[in-house]
Amino acid sequence: VLAEQDSAAAQQYVRQGCPTALRADLWALILNISNQPEDLLYYEQLKSNVIQHDLLVDSLIYKDVKLTASNDDYYFVFEDYLYQVLLCFSRDTSVLEHFTYSSATPPKSYIQGKLGMEEYAVFYPPNGVIPFHGFSMYVAPLCFLYHEPSKLYQIFREMYVRFFFRLHSISSHPSGIVSLCLLFETLLQTHLPQLFYHLREIGAQPLRISFKWMVRAFSGYLATDQLLLLWDRILGYNSLEILAVLAAAVFAFRAVNLMEVTSLAAAEAVLADLSTLKVMPLLQIFLFATVT
Amino acid sequence: FRIMAGKVKWVTDIEKSVLINNFEKRGWIQVAENEDWNFYWMSVQTIRNVFSVETGYRLSDDQIVNHFPNHYELTRKDLMVKNIKRYRKELEKEGSPLAEKDENGKYIYLDFVPVTFMLPADYNLFVEEFRKNPSSTWIMKPCGKAQGKGIFLINKLSQIKKWSRDSKTSSFVSQSSKEAYVISLYINNPLLIGGKKFDLRLYVLVSTYRPLRCYMYKLGFCRFCTVKYTPSTSELDNMFVHLTNVAIQKHGDDYNHIHGGKWTVSNLRLYLESTRGKEVTNKLFDEIHWIIVQSLKAVAPVMNNDKHCFECYGYDIIIDDKLKPWLIEVNASPSLTSSTANDRILKYNLINDTLNIAVPNGEIPDCKWNKSPPKEVLGNYEVLYDEEMAQSDGTDRDLRGRPGQSTGAKGSRARDSGKPALTTWK
Repeated sequence: VLAEQDSAAAQQYVRQGCPTALRADLWALILNISNQPEDLLYYEQLKSNVIQHDLLVDSLIYKDVKLTASNDDYYFVFEDYLYQVLLCFSRDTSVLEHFTYSSATPPKSYIQGKLGMEEYAVFYPPNGVIPFHGFSMYVAPLCFLYHEPSKLYQIFREMYVRFFFRLHSISSHPSGIVSLCLLFETLLQTHLPQLFYHLREIGAQPLRISFKWMVRAFSGYLATDQLLLLWDRILGYNSLEILAVLAAAVFAFRAVNLMEVTSLAAAEAVLADLSTLKVMPLLQIFLFATVT
Repeated sequence: FRIMAGKVKWVTDIEKSVLINNFEKRGWIQVAENEDWNFYWMSVQTIRNVFSVETGYRLSDDQIVNHFPNHYELTRKDLMVKNIKRYRKELEKEGSPLAEKDENGKYIYLDFVPVTFMLPADYNLFVEEFRKNPSSTWIMKPCGKAQGKGIFLINKLSQIKKWSRDSKTSSFVSQSSKEAYVISLYINNPLLIGGKKFDLRLYVLVSTYRPLRCYMYKLGFCRFCTVKYTPSTSELDNMFVHLTNVAIQKHGDDYNHIHGGKWTVSNLRLYLESTRGKEVTNKLFDEIHWIIVQSLKAVAPVMNNDKHCFECYGYDIIIDDKLKPWLIEVNASPSLTSSTANDRILKYNLINDTLNIAVPNGEIPDCKWNKSPPKEVLGNYEVLYDEEMAQSDGTDRDLRGRPGQSTGAKGSRARDSGKPALTTWK
């Protein structure tokens, strides 16, 4: 597949998961990221923008990285790369293009005294995306695949405008976070009605726990090698629905313990540590095993 | 005739919970040093006393200690280098293919220690080498210290003037009392991850040197520097950039108590496989195993292979940006202090697995046993090299004994890499 540089074939291929050594190239092929000199120049331009002016969102980025990735056993090593990528990302106006197919609109800032007058509006931040707590976790796992900053940047940007933006904007798209929440609850209620009822009875609405997993696409919750296997399928099936399915599968896996808890706090404790979970067996059991 | 009943009696002079918890969970009984004991986990100072000519005493068959009497042949920086150099010369003399050199006169398979000289003894030899590459950086390390103490980098001869043999500030008398240092070529192209320098800490258990039987702990870790690496000369004094010892990094501004700047070896493997490919990653790990075994073989002839002894070493290895591993040093007393929660668990399990191998069944030991534990007790250890098995085995098989993995594939990889390693693995 790689020798042929066939993007569609690559997408089919990764549905079965990638061998670790080939993953970086396969994802790049699917996302149409090649080593074009224009892209490298564009990235250098962004970097010089970072050096030239500060943005208020830079502080948000620093804070986010320090609170999340810097404390993570897997990702703390890449702290500097995360700053680099995210600071450049905030200044990348090409990201604005994704708003043509997103239900969201970018925030605008008006020159002082000219509020509401469109001629005096600029998008703020330049890329229209205000980072939130945990945003850097979208980038962190990619650092395991790409050690060259400009490639890392391009891969992240493409992943964002294809997938991640749907996880934090409201829309009716089947891969949007709202649909994922609905899918999760439907799956749980359909396949584990007793568990669903029990958790709601004790005030531990399942979505309250699984929401954070899905918003972050499980980054920071799963072990990195497992997370990458999960993201293989996101790319392969071009959909985020698998996040909802996995979330339900996790509940199913820990159902026995969850049936015994009597509070939200206890339920959260049962589901606090996902780092030992193996994604594929979990999904397979949930999807294909006969339900008693 | 003594009936081997009763619980193991233990002593230690290292007050660390990871040790004591392990003894207590086995139901062993704590005793004092002057009482009858079966198991003594001692510091390196104490082992010196036990085996010293003046203060030493004979150990009985039911007593085990956690150091070899002359472990310093491996764990003192200058002696380690001396023994490896001697080992290489011996192999060269007997025409072994392992001692093969390339066109530049460098050993192909045995060049795993950076060029090192003893100071002040080899000062002039060092100067000669230094002048060949005057822009190189060298690292000065005191022979007898640990935890990064007393280490500094130099790039000018003037910085080590006082070790010069004909220095005007020294007389012949005071030279002998000058603290011994080694000076090694500094690896200024370390592999960087996330822009940061790191080294590898691997645990290796040796139960006997002749025949050599050693185990490698699967859960080693990488220690990262908190500050981004730069070879720039202005930063030579910034120890946070260069030294990976946790003892030093702990005092840096960015030290984090959750992960402690440590990465698992499996993370390293995932990263390298993903960014560099599986073949070179496998080759790297094979080489790491290789250099550990070679270092043990180098000291095996001079080691006092006392049957009462076993030892768990902390190997420090640095990988350069060409994915070549370098042996920096071997520690006889790897730190049992835990810097993070994960660390505590790791070291607890390390001691647990070590005791399971060194003290079979947790019962009162008998030093006459064959030191061949069954596979089930290895825990997170895997056999790194077993000389007895290698010799009795008729085929050229690489004996890393990983169950479930085809050792055939491993053996053939060694063959494909062109190393005549099989003759010695056997």
